Amino acid sequence: MDKSVSPQNSLVSVKHLTFTRGDTKIFDDISMEFERGKITAIMGPSGTGKTTLLKLIGGQLFPNQGIINIDNKNVHQLRRADLYSLRKRMGMLFQSGALLTDMNVYDNVAFPLREHTHLPESMIRTLVLMKLQAVGLRGARNLMPNELSGGMARRVALARAIALDPMMIMYDEPFTGQDPISKGALVHLIKSLNNTLGLTSIMVSHDVQETTAIADYIYVISGGKIVGQGTPQEIKQSTSEWVQQFMTGTADGPVHFHYPAKDYVDDLLSSGKRY
Amino acid sequence: MMIKFLQLLGKSTRASFTKLGRASFFLIQIVSGIASVLPRPRLLLKQMYSVGVLSFLIITISGLFVGMVLGLQGYYTLSDFGAEETLGVMVAASLVRELGPVVSALLFAGRAGSALTAEIGLMKATEQLSGMEMMAVDPIKRIISPRFLAGLLSMPLLAALFSAVGIIGGQLVGSGLLGVDEGAYWSQMQANIDFQDDIINGVLKSLVFGFVTSWIALFEGYDSIPTSEGVSRATTRTVVNSAFSILGLDFILTALMFGDD
Amino acid sequence: MQHTNTQDTLVGLFVAAGIAGLFFLSMQVSNLSSFTEHDSYTITARFENSGGLKVKSPVSAAGVKIGQVTGIRFDPKTYQSVVSLSIDVQYNNLPEDTTASIFTAGLLGEQYVSLEPGGSDDYLKNGGNIEITQSAIILEKAIGQFLFKSAEEKAEGKKK
Repeated sequence: MDKSVSPQNSLVSVKHLTFTRGDTKIFDDISMEFERGKITAIMGPSGTGKTTLLKLIGGQLFPNQGIINIDNKNVHQLRRADLYSLRKRMGMLFQSGALLTDMNVYDNVAFPLREHTHLPESMIRTLVLMKLQAVGLRGARNLMPNELSGGMARRVALARAIALDPMMIMYDEPFTGQDPISKGALVHLIKSLNNTLGLTSIMVSHDVQETTAIADYIYVISGGKIVGQGTPQEIKQSTSEWVQQFMTGTADGPVHFHYPAKDYVDDLLSSGKRY
Repeated sequence: MMIKFLQLLGKSTRASFTKLGRASFFLIQIVSGIASVLPRPRLLLKQMYSVGVLSFLIITISGLFVGMVLGLQGYYTLSDFGAEETLGVMVAASLVRELGPVVSALLFAGRAGSALTAEIGLMKATEQLSGMEMMAVDPIKRIISPRFLAGLLSMPLLAALFSAVGIIGGQLVGSGLLGVDEGAYWSQMQANIDFQDDIINGVLKSLVFGFVTSWIALFEGYDSIPTSEGVSRATTRTVVNSAFSILGLDFILTALMFGDD
Repeated sequence: MQHTNTQDTLVGLFVAAGIAGLFFLSMQVSNLSSFTEHDSYTITARFENSGGLKVKSPVSAAGVKIGQVTGIRFDPKTYQSVVSLSIDVQYNNLPEDTTASIFTAGLLGEQYVSLEPGGSDDYLKNGGNIEITQSAIILEKAIGQFLFKSAEEKAEGKKK
């Protein structure tokens, strides 16, 4: 194992990761470090497998090669029970929110608490209201998920993700499809949660403006490889054509936007799932 | 042309075998997940509601009508032989041995099975299952196993209700409308329906059907392609496969149970 | 909370109804009740031919069911059929000279044992034996006899 690459302070480190789906290489020998207490963003055009990366980190998918260490544990060699206890310390915010549709907002946020703790209901109530207050939705506790707007659903999902006070949180495209006000609210939330709770955040996004505003470090991936990395400032001043094309949003450039449609179908079929 | 056909055949055979393999593995997971449902009866209760209570009406009403039709048809046939007195036996035997378990299982597959598939499929499509996994909650234990257990427990109750209501329906038509002696209806029935051979075997049948239908419904949902079309296909497959399995298994079970005498 | 309470109640009702259905099937529809319901005593009757009588066939007196057949065996010494009848204990005053006959309910109906009480003051006890019996009417035999008889009559008519 190549210890020399990993900085002392990284919580998650991805080493020489290769992941293929069918004949397509989603990731080709990539290495990344995610520092404790920082917001690290992974950017790249749609369909580059950013969500896949989060699922790999969460242990839901298995890599073909390479290792992923979280807190110095190899995620994919953990026994099931250990993996589950690790996941209790990881929050994940899905693109759709992934709220449980048969429960109201309150019960959704209470869900991980009820599943994993034996706290009395009064204490759960206090915790849930605290988390809802943090995302500004304490007043919406009795609504059902289908009564929420997309932005609200994501905020509820965020409250749920931090219910167990995790050490890290993964955001899957938190800004996609949000109106500017919701975007602003989410940017503010992610930043403030990171600071107040001391979370390590991993964020997958292709929204340049919002991401550069809050990220401490950015990886730009394309075609399964890392095409650029650095602080937002460094990325903006990158000389790489790929990075520049992505950051400025030029239609023409080295990045192929037209990916074979097969990828998508394969992604939906997702055979390598850990069920 | 021929080669292509053989390739296609081979491919689909392989696909169905891998699916069977996934389904078996899934079943093992469900069954081992049942242990973690037992200390949490609330999960089971909630599913008993959506699987059992919500099927109650369709089952009892269908049972009543099936029993009434049996009463009518049976009477016309039996009265040709002057054996109207045995109407009760005919109605009860048909219901308890065959129609009760089979028809209620078919209705169950249509009512509860398809709903289960759609529910699980949509939970998959909206990343709820995945999200649960990331919250370190095993969706099999939390979502699938309680539903499976609820289906397994509800099926015999529903089948028993179907038969009981049907027998009463047959009596209403037989002695209420057509004038078969009520005492004969019941006493002939009691003399000819055996507790062990008929009632217990009927309950066993419905347990098997409940097991298979719930398994198919949950697996199809869990294995569905997470799109609206994928979920709708999975729902159709649940009903079709359940119906095939119920009828096929019914033949096998009947041959095993009633073959000896 | 109100919501879940209603749900609980409905599930409770459903389970209760289902169990009631099973209970109904066991007690009212099947023969389970005749095993457990009452105490009974057993008497035997010997028939020349017990026909289509089966175990669990009803035993009735004056058209009312008072018991059931619990066993039928062949006695190799007398070449008779020995039928055990289980009679409900509340009908313990059957006279000793009761007659047992095997009848058929309807043309194709099932066969049953009919008891006709005699005039004796002594009653049948557990393990008792009914002396006077009338065998089952075997349809084939009856038809055969009828045909034979009518053929004979015809033949006699021609002679005259």
